[in-house]
Amino acid sequence: MLVIDWTVHAEMVAHCFDGLPLEACGLLGGTVTGADAQASVCYPTANLAASARVYTVDPKGHLRADRDAEARGLSVLGVFHSHTHTAAYPSPTDVAQAPDPDWHYVLVSLADGAPVVRSYRIVAGRVSEEPVVRTTR
Amino acid sequence: MPVEVRIPTMLRSAAGGSSVVTVDGATIGEVLDELGRRFPALAGQVVTEDGSLHRFVNVYLNDDDIRYLAKLDTKVGEGDTVSILPAVAGGA
Repeated sequence: MLVIDWTVHAEMVAHCFDGLPLEACGLLGGTVTGADAQASVCYPTANLAASARVYTVDPKGHLRADRDAEARGLSVLGVFHSHTHTAAYPSPTDVAQAPDPDWHYVLVSLADGAPVVRSYRIVAGRVSEEPVVRTTR
Repeated sequence: MPVEVRIPTMLRSAAGGSSVVTVDGATIGEVLDELGRRFPALAGQVVTEDGSLHRFVNVYLNDDDIRYLAKLDTKVGEGDTVSILPAVAGGA
């Protein structure tokens, strides 16, 4: 299960809308307990691919996020990116390039106007969806 | 010259569980070679067999991506920190 603080959820979705018509991406920081995690910091990053179909997290943004998370006693626990015209499900490229089996892979689909946020674990090419819980204000 | 190398979570099991390792070397390439000698399981995951940086990782000297410096020939000095992070990408 991935718990997303409501502020992080809002910031993540806003960053995805800001990125239109291109895909947007960023990292999530927080705490991890076994297979579960709670995202408490959003690290929006530039999409170096500057594309509506693919994304590359800006490496400098990743380094900053990693350092900031460590300074807060947290870790970078996953990545989010938007799908501008398709459902919130990992594409074959997303699966093939998933860097870390411990991460949570969050998809924000903007295909229907209203954002759809879903999260997945991707381990050795196998995709499994996990519940997403947004905290309440 | 001893430098600190920060290991990303996904490679820590290949580095004996360490998050930070102190390694000697005069360039990033030498540091990574030494790291690979110390942790053979890590060797092929950062530098490819033909001796170039693996495209699925980013390596930084302090705040800078070494691809924008002298890549593996980038010189390192005492007190420098080398960070390894996964390259994060995807898409349709």
